Amino acid sequence: MKAKQGDWVRIHSIVLNVGERNPQVPEDTARVPLEMWDKGFLLNTEAAVGDAVEVETIIGRKVKGTLLEIEPAWDHDFGRCVPEIISIDRQLKAIMKEEA
Amino acid sequence: MGTDYKALMDRKNEIMKKAIGIDYSAFETGTLAFDFERMMKEVGYTLKEIREIQSQTGVGNTPLLELRNMTRLVRKVAPAGKGARIFLKDEASNPSGSFKARRAATAIYHAQRLGYKGVIAATSGNYGAAVASQAAMRGLDCIIVQECYDSKGKGQPEIIEKARKCEAYGAEVVQLSVGPELFFTFLQLLDETGFFNASLYTPFGIAGVETLGYELTEQMRERTGKDADAVVVTNAGGGNLTGTARGLIKAGAEATTVIGASVNLKGLHMASDKQFNRKSFTTGHTGFGIPFTTFPDRSDVPRSAGRPLRYMDRYVTVNQGEVFYMTEALAQIEGLERGPAGNTSLAAAFSIAREMDEKQTIVVQETEYTGAGKHIQPQLSFARQNGIDIRFGDPAEEIPGESIVFPEHPSLIKARDLDLEKIRKSYITNSLQRAGEKGPVNLTEGDLKYLAEETKSSIDFVSKIIKEV
Repeated sequence: MKAKQGDWVRIHSIVLNVGERNPQVPEDTARVPLEMWDKGFLLNTEAAVGDAVEVETIIGRKVKGTLLEIEPAWDHDFGRCVPEIISIDRQLKAIMKEEA
Repeated sequence: MGTDYKALMDRKNEIMKKAIGIDYSAFETGTLAFDFERMMKEVGYTLKEIREIQSQTGVGNTPLLELRNMTRLVRKVAPAGKGARIFLKDEASNPSGSFKARRAATAIYHAQRLGYKGVIAATSGNYGAAVASQAAMRGLDCIIVQECYDSKGKGQPEIIEKARKCEAYGAEVVQLSVGPELFFTFLQLLDETGFFNASLYTPFGIAGVETLGYELTEQMRERTGKDADAVVVTNAGGGNLTGTARGLIKAGAEATTVIGASVNLKGLHMASDKQFNRKSFTTGHTGFGIPFTTFPDRSDVPRSAGRPLRYMDRYVTVNQGEVFYMTEALAQIEGLERGPAGNTSLAAAFSIAREMDEKQTIVVQETEYTGAGKHIQPQLSFARQNGIDIRFGDPAEEIPGESIVFPEHPSLIKARDLDLEKIRKSYITNSLQRAGEKGPVNLTEGDLKYLAEETKSSIDFVSKIIKEV
């Protein structure tokens, strides 16, 4: 699937490469680049995921990066069942029902 | 380090001055000292002005709720005659769902008044949503810069939800991977756009929180006929505690004990890529609370207006399992479903209320909104996926980054006191060290007085510590 000019897309870029990072960051962080994600309307005529592109963000800034996602959606949710939460509920209800 | 990075960082002071419109050097009075009160007075707004500014955008005047069932639960686990009445300031009722709307309201008003076309804030927390919401109300452009993902592109569900919320208010959200160089991107954006730096730590931002302490005092007087005996404030960067305590003082509630509370994340490094997703709290924790209390001037402004050690009477920590447990309790027995991070002070208050007399009152001064991602279940589910051991037991056994231990019984919830003397000492040592980096430190009488005010101690105490180090 290709994105067309004006499509709402998500882009990715590297802000600082390994070796350019602040000397004070912990070792594990120093071993990875500083990455950035942003969203905007595609300015290129056409592009596929992985292409170098330019977008205009929602407030009108022009930003360059690699095309990551076309029409990006939110997928965070309420997670999986955590049975311990139900146990807390049952315990609290029982305690509240106990006579003083 | 790259040349772009260095060139931009060298222009830091110039960019910041342009983006915030405050000449902080005007308030410097000694080697260490600066005139905090004069800065608050000259750069901030009066309480009356702030109430007016906040009312323009529907901020503040949040309900004060008495948690009667929570008090009953406390009394079930407290010695006879003990168990203070617990009240809760429902700050989730603010337009963006948290007390941060108070901070943003004044900052955005100020930006608009000075003629800025847009605002930028660097935050992964509720403040981003607050700035975006207030900017929407006042018709300014908004960019929020977030530390969001680890190097595998995995993000805390809570932070992702906040990104969504910022977008919902029309903001551009620039997301970054883990690391303090977020400040570099933040500076780049300020330089590129000429927008206002809606920092969390400006005098007007902090003054915006004063209304919270003032309002809750008014409400407590109306409800109970007297001032709260204690107010518990979640402490991270120090602004919530500073603003609330100043509001209490302005309302004349000088006898109210101000207690800071942070989630214990001991041992986790905040700038570590691997540890980033091993914590379940992204704010209100000791990873911010301790460094900002022991040295507040580490933020995105030269002098932070959040100076919690000036106002703190007590500082406690609670564990992640305890805060999650109390979040669930708030929903189950009080019928109030709120976000976990905002309940840090609730968990602390539950424990502290047990030490207090039945006639006394304790106020939890905030709540925050909840929703997908930003909720006990997705956050615990995420922790479990990341290999965190979730179980019941004694919360004292919890190891941040390895386990989350729910109390086997609510009687095991225990706020643990941090040694304030040690924190004060650490503040003084940090100040001397920082000043020492610039050259020999010659302290004046004014500097000693300043350090005593900063640490809510005495010149004698300060002198003693200086001699020791």
